[in-house]
Amino acid sequence: MFSSAVIVFREVLEAALVITIVLAATQGVLNRARWILGGIFAGVLGACLVAAAAEQIAMAFDGIGQELLNAGILSAAVLMLAWHNIWMSRHAKELVSHLKQVGSNVASGQLPLYVLATAVGLAVLREGAEVVLFLYGIAAGGSDPLSMMSGGLLGLAGGAAMGALIYFGLLRIPTHKLFSVTSWMILLLASGMAASAAGYLAQVGWLPSQRPLWNSSALLSERSVPGQLMHILVGYQERPTAVQLAAYLATLASIAFGMYLVRPRLQKPTP
Amino acid sequence: MSVRTIFLASCLSLLSSLAFAAMPELSISIKDHRFEPAELQVPAGQKVKLIVHNLDATPEEFESYELNREKVIPGNSKALVFIGPLAPGEYPFFGEFNQDSAQGRLVAK
Repeated sequence: MFSSAVIVFREVLEAALVITIVLAATQGVLNRARWILGGIFAGVLGACLVAAAAEQIAMAFDGIGQELLNAGILSAAVLMLAWHNIWMSRHAKELVSHLKQVGSNVASGQLPLYVLATAVGLAVLREGAEVVLFLYGIAAGGSDPLSMMSGGLLGLAGGAAMGALIYFGLLRIPTHKLFSVTSWMILLLASGMAASAAGYLAQVGWLPSQRPLWNSSALLSERSVPGQLMHILVGYQERPTAVQLAAYLATLASIAFGMYLVRPRLQKPTP
Repeated sequence: MSVRTIFLASCLSLLSSLAFAAMPELSISIKDHRFEPAELQVPAGQKVKLIVHNLDATPEEFESYELNREKVIPGNSKALVFIGPLAPGEYPFFGEFNQDSAQGRLVAK
């Protein structure tokens, strides 16, 4: 029971943290709950479909379909998060000033919530597919399905609780700083996803397969809970390759540059 | 055919023979949530194709932190995992869905 709780917890945690950060980043935005819930439901539905087609996906493209799907899902999520961050760097100030009016739209443009809903859906899809497959495996003939199922539920609750904890932690940040904190979190989250996508492409030989640049597993193990959290939140890997590091830095630099380009310049006050 | 054409053609054939140079293939099975064999020898410094046959009815995830690999293998099917080139040494791997019993390692020499 404990081991199945840990497995489900690890998968749920990743999706939960993405949802958490997105929720914090959309404080005070009209209709955000509807969009984000929609993203979660679409993600769960997609996860069931992916799990059902797991065998066909695994053997597609000469046996590398699963890696290509993972890399594709991650890359799409990176694009959505990048888009959000660049949009926010242009409009965050307005959003903060409108925040006092509950449920405001931003004057010069609606926050593209479908972008965030898609990012949430993709995160749920990727992690959820493994949970569904795992739980299906238990139901299909694992020993003692009852205790394994309750372990799964425990893991689900644990992952959700961790997400809630971080959410309420983020809400303690003063409003005018909240969006810059969530922008940073999304920036690092997206960079870590890009590094993981590069890892999947290296796994199938589309990118060079390399020896790791370093091994910091003794310092911070990816198996530990802090290591897992750092892996999800900032993209920490104990044994990164040069290609993965390059993907990480290139994503970080591109999004940051995009945010810099569109940010509103200081204007002289009009008399 | 000019000398240049012959040169180019031979370059091309050399390149293609390198590209299609037989990548060592290894097979491993999962049965009753255990890897069989649990220890595999692989050549160091070379890319290797590992074919994982899951003979159980339940899915398994082949995972290794040391190899930087993770791949879900549905029940009663097989999956390919490309590994390496590896430095000589030992690389543990495990089945994430049945970690208590599904443990194995690659030894690169």
